[in-house]
Amino acid sequence: MQKSDFYRGTIHSLASSTIMNLTLKIWRQRNRDDAGKFATYQISNVSPDMSFLEMLDVLNVDLIKKGDEPVAFDHDCREGICGSCGLMVDGRAHGPGRGVATCQVHMRSFRDGDVVVIEPWRAGPFPVIKDLIVDRTSFDRIMQAGGYVSVKTGGAPDGNAIPISKHVSDEAFDAAACIGCGACVAACPNSSAMLFVAAKISHLALLPQGGPERKARALRMVEQMDKEGFGNCSNNYACEAECPKEISVAHIARLNREFLKAKLT
Amino acid sequence: MNSLVSFYRSSIGKKVVMSLTGLFLCLFLVEHLVGNLLLFANDGGHLYEEYSQWLVSNPVIRVIEVVLFASLFGHALSALVVWIKNRRARPVKYAKYRLDENAELASRITMLGGSVIFLFLVVHLWSFFVPLRVTGTTMTAYQLVVQKFSDPWFCAFYLFALVVLGYHLKHGFQSAFQTLGLMHKKYQWLLGLTAFVFWFVLPAGFASLPVYFYFFSPPTPSAVVLGVQ
Amino acid sequence: MKLDAKIPDGPIQQKWSNHRFHLKLVNPANKRRYTILVVGTGLAGASASATLGELGYNVLAFSYHESPRRAHSIAAQGGINAPKNYSNDGDSVWRLFHDTVKGGDYRAREGNVYRLAEVSGSIIDQCVAQGVPFARDYAGYLDNRSFGGAQVARTFYARGQTGQQLLLGAYSALVRQMDAGTVKFFDRREMLDLVIIDGQARGIVARNMINGIMESYVADAVVLATGGYSNAFFLSTNAKASNATAIWRAHKKGALFGNPCFTQIHPTCIPESGHYQSKLTLMSESLRNDGRIWVSKKKGDKRPPGEIPESDRDYYLERLYPAFGNLVPRDVASRRAKEMCDQGYGVGSTGQAVHLDFSDSIKRLGRSVIQERYGNLFDMYKQITAEDPYQTPMRIYPAVHYTMGGLWVDYDLMSTIPGLYVIGEANFSDHGANRLGASALMQGLADGYFILPYTIGDYLASTKFRPVKNDHREFKKAETETERMVKKLVSINGKKTVDEFHRELGKIMWDHVGMARSRAGLKKALKLIPELKSRFWKEVKVTGTDLDLNVELEKAGRVADYFELGELMALDALHREESCGGHFREEHQTAEGEAKRNDARFSYVAAWEYRGPKKSAVLRREPLKFEYAKPSQRSYK
Repeated sequence: MQKSDFYRGTIHSLASSTIMNLTLKIWRQRNRDDAGKFATYQISNVSPDMSFLEMLDVLNVDLIKKGDEPVAFDHDCREGICGSCGLMVDGRAHGPGRGVATCQVHMRSFRDGDVVVIEPWRAGPFPVIKDLIVDRTSFDRIMQAGGYVSVKTGGAPDGNAIPISKHVSDEAFDAAACIGCGACVAACPNSSAMLFVAAKISHLALLPQGGPERKARALRMVEQMDKEGFGNCSNNYACEAECPKEISVAHIARLNREFLKAKLT
Repeated sequence: MNSLVSFYRSSIGKKVVMSLTGLFLCLFLVEHLVGNLLLFANDGGHLYEEYSQWLVSNPVIRVIEVVLFASLFGHALSALVVWIKNRRARPVKYAKYRLDENAELASRITMLGGSVIFLFLVVHLWSFFVPLRVTGTTMTAYQLVVQKFSDPWFCAFYLFALVVLGYHLKHGFQSAFQTLGLMHKKYQWLLGLTAFVFWFVLPAGFASLPVYFYFFSPPTPSAVVLGVQ
Repeated sequence: MKLDAKIPDGPIQQKWSNHRFHLKLVNPANKRRYTILVVGTGLAGASASATLGELGYNVLAFSYHESPRRAHSIAAQGGINAPKNYSNDGDSVWRLFHDTVKGGDYRAREGNVYRLAEVSGSIIDQCVAQGVPFARDYAGYLDNRSFGGAQVARTFYARGQTGQQLLLGAYSALVRQMDAGTVKFFDRREMLDLVIIDGQARGIVARNMINGIMESYVADAVVLATGGYSNAFFLSTNAKASNATAIWRAHKKGALFGNPCFTQIHPTCIPESGHYQSKLTLMSESLRNDGRIWVSKKKGDKRPPGEIPESDRDYYLERLYPAFGNLVPRDVASRRAKEMCDQGYGVGSTGQAVHLDFSDSIKRLGRSVIQERYGNLFDMYKQITAEDPYQTPMRIYPAVHYTMGGLWVDYDLMSTIPGLYVIGEANFSDHGANRLGASALMQGLADGYFILPYTIGDYLASTKFRPVKNDHREFKKAETETERMVKKLVSINGKKTVDEFHRELGKIMWDHVGMARSRAGLKKALKLIPELKSRFWKEVKVTGTDLDLNVELEKAGRVADYFELGELMALDALHREESCGGHFREEHQTAEGEAKRNDARFSYVAAWEYRGPKKSAVLRREPLKFEYAKPSQRSYK
């Protein structure tokens, strides 16, 4: 078979020519103390190949040229790994699609004439700083409450000293893949941070390195999570559905187990 | 004691209490259904009456009864506390929120379902438990059943409540295992199967009673006579 | 100014251990009396903050992010090198040292590189102990792969997310110290100036990005770990906020800038799709192991790739480099791709891309094998382009990815300003003119965990510090100056957005200071950049106020610095009349079009001294000596 046959019949879609016009309803809030409200914007000439955040960039250029303040939103790597971006798009954390952060959503997921509602993450422990930017430092405070292994720099044995089953290591990785974006909290009807906390507890509980501190870690992290004001898990698994890294709620079961073991023994 | 209090104060603690009480209530449902199925004995309620008397006279059962009410109270109270805390965790609501795309219906209506079940329990206890055990009545348990299930509205309410119970258990039963950390990929199928028995077979079993008595089983005089002590 | 790199004497294998012995120590009880500011909390900054905090110093760490976990180190995919020789394929510290010096095209310091190779093994141990889930084999031991053309398997990796896992490891060490109270973390703070008192770096002025207030922080030493400056090109694989402001402002306060023109271009990025493109996304170059690169033999061929017959395809890398084929080094692959596009052979709607075709591999190995090897990359590509690489060839194009240049530092990682240390990508040190794959993570963590914590103690123990408070007039002066600059930016109220200027600068940089540079092009850039800069200061429009969270203002300050840095990059590139590593001068190439070094004239580090806005920067040279790794010409024929 000639090589070229391999691709015969498939259409190599170049930058698509269909252009969309959208109505955006975006939450605008000056600062933490402002009540905030929705503003409506029309945006035209949206290319389906744009990323969602690029669409907002284009909107912002329009706003600046008109002398308005651009919409503030958190973003950085735009590759779905830094966890900075996080918008509630049409009622879905990170917008349409599964296993993607907002920056990985492209405008081809929308249709000409759509009305798109864009809100910040809503949760008591994630207060809005400005427009669509929220303060997620509550996550750092939870991590601070034992989300680590207390190894001193330079005090580690050889990397190969403790073999770890590939199966276990892979499972630990699945949990460690969390990017700390907060979509779990945003998607949860209770604003619960259990998937976030579970990812860290599970990651370290699976590995021998995390063993010695596992009890204190489970107790302290859960305590801090409660103190921050996150809601309770009611096992409806919206967190797993919206997690850009598709972290399984099986890790929440492990967190519960770790916590019970720590409390009871 | 302090550690118990701190356990309950934690979010997981309250959920564990809900799980354990919930599972205990599920076990009670099994016992209750088995007992109720004696109503099908077609002996005018004789066997059912004997069973009722045994229950009342057994001290172990009386103790369990107390635990049962305590569980119910613990389950409902914890649910309420958790629910209030969860509402507070999101002071500003979303303008658009598509939870329906991310979570099953059963998991989204637990509080609503729980409230309906609570209402049902009040009616249920008022109809049977209170006259039989508190205020006293000249009727036997069987006679009461026959009488109550002759009312179509009463039957309809029962059936509705049982559908709600089914949904409640569809989420609650597996949820309890998740909360207790007893979840494992390998045994997921077993849990799913057991859960099916609890959320479908059990409510269906209960539902068979009003249906049977309303449509197929008019009371017979002999049954009424036999029932009187 | 005489540049003293302070490379310790003695045989290269003993330099670091001898030096460590001779470094002065701070009494353990006194450590908490010393305050160290660490600016930037990516791999280098987080690991340094954590380690310094653990040693007992009073550490204040700053980031313009809300959390240390957002730093762009997180996006590194490939892996981290260490000569553990777990693969038993003949690796050693010596070999890694050699490869790194050679890979850097003999423009790095031997002493530094050897030390880097020497401590890299400990990094792996440290990370494993922190719970970093490196890939393992079925026996449960750490797995290695060969990466970036290395002939040994020395790269440790964690799926395609090695940077993420290492950063989360360093972040966990950092939060542990925050928990212990030794490190205080200041989120959403952007360093805008360095404060020097009595010739010593004594603090910073940082803008609180939430309320816009200028805050002064006093210290005994300042560490910059603020990453690279690829975003001078606007389109790069760096994160949107990655910037050069901290190092540039330190440069303007007297820190010399080393080898600013050494930038690395990565060949396998997803190309631009339109004018709105905000950044570029890198795909691991491992793709080239199984993908074949080609363009049509006809210029401007708009046929879909499936309709271009085999006879009309030019597999140009295989044609030009029969031995290495598609696996030629990054810089070569990148340059050839740009050439093809410049000549009109580019593919896709923009014509700025070449095909990377997996159909042969899929036929040979089966779809499942390819899926196992590159599944996540294929998914990522499809997510962005809506094209399925299993069905149609990928389109790729080179993009700026890493800057080897940075602030000049000595062996102790101290800049030319006493008490100012620079670590990670922000310094110029270990990669010479070209960085090897999987070496960036290695250097960041080596600096932060195992080098800086030793060397900074020597400075603190041997230096006298005058008591200073943040109301000192130098602090007040710096606050006033930075305030004046931000107020100026919000008051211009012109017609063009910051991004429009940035894009324009990026275009100049890419066209003239990019992959292939020429005397004429660089001179043109040196004319265009100052023109654009002066237009910027007259025509830029920054909305909002300075006393508020103001993203446009943040960007404006960074772009203002890129103009100046971009100019220095062009100046450095113009002066370096040779081709080496990532720096390719069209005038200096072999008959086959390969980079031609000029060791006789340019075997030195070019360190530039800032002399004020009106004067041109002055070049200082640090000669490089190669006693152990003797220079040779690269050949991939």
